[in-house]
Amino acid sequence: MKKMLMATAATALMAGGAMADEIKLGVILGFTGPIESLTPSMADGAELAMKEVSDSGKLLGGATVAPVRADSTCVDAGAATAAAERLVTAEGVKGIMGADCSGVTGAILANVAVPNGVVMISPSATSPALSEAEDNGLFFRTAPSDARQGVVMSEILMEEGIKEVALTYTNNDYGKGLADSFKAAYEGMGGTVTINAAHEDGKADYTAEVAALAAAGGQRLVVAGYVDQGGAGIVRAALDMGAFDSFHFPDGMIGQALEDNFGSEVEGSTGQHPGTDSPGAAKFVEQVGGAFDATSPFTPESYDAAALIMLAMQAAGSAEPGDYKSKVMDVANAPGEKIYPGELGKALDIIAGGGDIDYVGATAVELIGPGESAGNYRQITFKDGKITTVKYR
Amino acid sequence: MDFLNAIVALSNFVLIPAIAYGSQLALGALGVTLIYGILRFSNFAHGDTMAFGTMVVVLFTWWFQSMGITFGPLPTALLALPFGIIACALLIVGTDRVVYRFYREQKAKPMILVIASMGVMFIMNGLVRFIIGPNDQRFADGERFIISARDFKEMTGLREGLAIKTTQGITVVVAVIAVALLFWFLNRTRTGKSMRAYSDNEDLALLSGINPERVVLYTWLIVAALATVAGTLYGLDKTFKPFTYFQLLLPIFASAIVGGLGSPLGAIAGGFVIAFSEVTITYAWKKVLGYLLPDSLAPDGLVQLLSTDYKFAVSFAILVIVLLFKPTGLFKGKAV
Repeated sequence: MKKMLMATAATALMAGGAMADEIKLGVILGFTGPIESLTPSMADGAELAMKEVSDSGKLLGGATVAPVRADSTCVDAGAATAAAERLVTAEGVKGIMGADCSGVTGAILANVAVPNGVVMISPSATSPALSEAEDNGLFFRTAPSDARQGVVMSEILMEEGIKEVALTYTNNDYGKGLADSFKAAYEGMGGTVTINAAHEDGKADYTAEVAALAAAGGQRLVVAGYVDQGGAGIVRAALDMGAFDSFHFPDGMIGQALEDNFGSEVEGSTGQHPGTDSPGAAKFVEQVGGAFDATSPFTPESYDAAALIMLAMQAAGSAEPGDYKSKVMDVANAPGEKIYPGELGKALDIIAGGGDIDYVGATAVELIGPGESAGNYRQITFKDGKITTVKYR
Repeated sequence: MDFLNAIVALSNFVLIPAIAYGSQLALGALGVTLIYGILRFSNFAHGDTMAFGTMVVVLFTWWFQSMGITFGPLPTALLALPFGIIACALLIVGTDRVVYRFYREQKAKPMILVIASMGVMFIMNGLVRFIIGPNDQRFADGERFIISARDFKEMTGLREGLAIKTTQGITVVVAVIAVALLFWFLNRTRTGKSMRAYSDNEDLALLSGINPERVVLYTWLIVAALATVAGTLYGLDKTFKPFTYFQLLLPIFASAIVGGLGSPLGAIAGGFVIAFSEVTITYAWKKVLGYLLPDSLAPDGLVQLLSTDYKFAVSFAILVIVLLFKPTGLFKGKAV
């Protein structure tokens, strides 16, 4: 305890000298590109956490945190790498909240974060490939890997007694990654995937795709696509041709549009998407008020990602990535006092006092394996034409 | 019983979709082939002409729907069709006056007209997106099915369902009417005959006193009608999205060339050849063969020649084969 106190005191002194004023954190998201409609509220979520910490004045003895935004473009690895390089070398950021899409996240990690030793916490990259990426302990994510979703999907289908499914996925990193992880998990549990076929988004006609799926057969059709893209076209054609009448929908398919377009026609279909009934989600909405859309996808994850970086800094007593990278898992997981959104000041106090915290945040954060969210999923089913919650798992 | 199941499965997944798609392609290819035969160039703007006509139909359909006008069990879009044709005709006759007539008077080479039509294509492309946006638009209404898969199963007690959508039925009926009218016009009326004469030998036609501008005008009017009808049927059956009409250009040209550019009969045959090849080559035959063959021979695999991703590649492949071995197409069109 004495040592701890001394260490804190020493850091406080150091902080006074070197960096009392301002710690910069990068916010790298695709402000232009295919998910540009989601990123503004994601960035707002991250910056809300930084403001909360700055206002509390308790981080490393009174340091403030300033966000620096950069554009990942979501799809252009070259542009994303250049943007991240600028943040690290020119702006001198001590950590990166980002990036968003799986492809650019991998590129920034390999080309910028690892060579420069900067911590990255992504709120939304879900590709299973990132679990095995070479990261020197610098990469974390508050979004669950789709490998996890594949397992959850398989469990749901097995519990429903579905042993044979046809599988179609949208032909990109998300669809392929999810389809592969589902297929592996499902077959591991004794299920059979009769066909694993890609579909392209944005086509007018999916009868040929559905004809192939129908020929292969199966008790249910698993559609790993997008609800306002090819996924909906596949479901429409499958219903029209009488090929399948019940489906399983992963996260990309769950949305109001699904209920509006198909409703009672897909009675008994199942699905799941990331979601939690933890009180943190409601507290986050309350804290945000009307400032931005707190329920927009990956916005709570962004708040949590930024919060974890700052709490880890406090725990390490240093803003240097090399020092605090090993503390991220400690602050995120039990044991310790549970921390919800809006309680970052309290958390900083507890850590400064030598206590231990278990950051729950807006998305019930629990980091597992190589530092990724364990993932909480909401299992849904169609009942009387409405999406209804079965349970959380 | 198994034999019946096989027939029904084949009809449901191959024959009916291919016949509907083939009719839509045939109507599109007829437009392309008429322009090639009479105006002597490949009109790359045809896909977007279809999109423009369909867009007007969609807008009128929405207007009718908002006023509560419907067409009973049939889609309201059929009522809006004449307005779409008029608007489309105005647009492309206007385009002809502004763009193509200039090159015609210069006696420009066909290649120059093709490139000009590409420019027109981009402008129409932008125009449609500017007015209605790049997204999917739904405008189908009325009864969805002539017979749905579930009803069919209950009626017949077969294991396989057969679904015939209203839009598929309408597509075939309208296509037959449109083609019959076109052939009657080309073969029986004075104007139609003068168009054919102009197509066969321009100089001889001019010497015999045929007014070329009149022929050109009528050609454009017919093309506008065909394009709007084809586009509307495709949109009703599938969905209206400007980009998919641009993509339709490939199978439409493939149909026209396979049938023989300049030959109306060839365009129709070509449409069905392309549609049936696309569907049958990418179809997984497992189910049908499973019914037909004895259990010991039933296939384990999908028996699918090509993945459905390669649908467009099929049009391309057929196009290349036809151009290599029979450059004038199945029905002896003009040499390309």
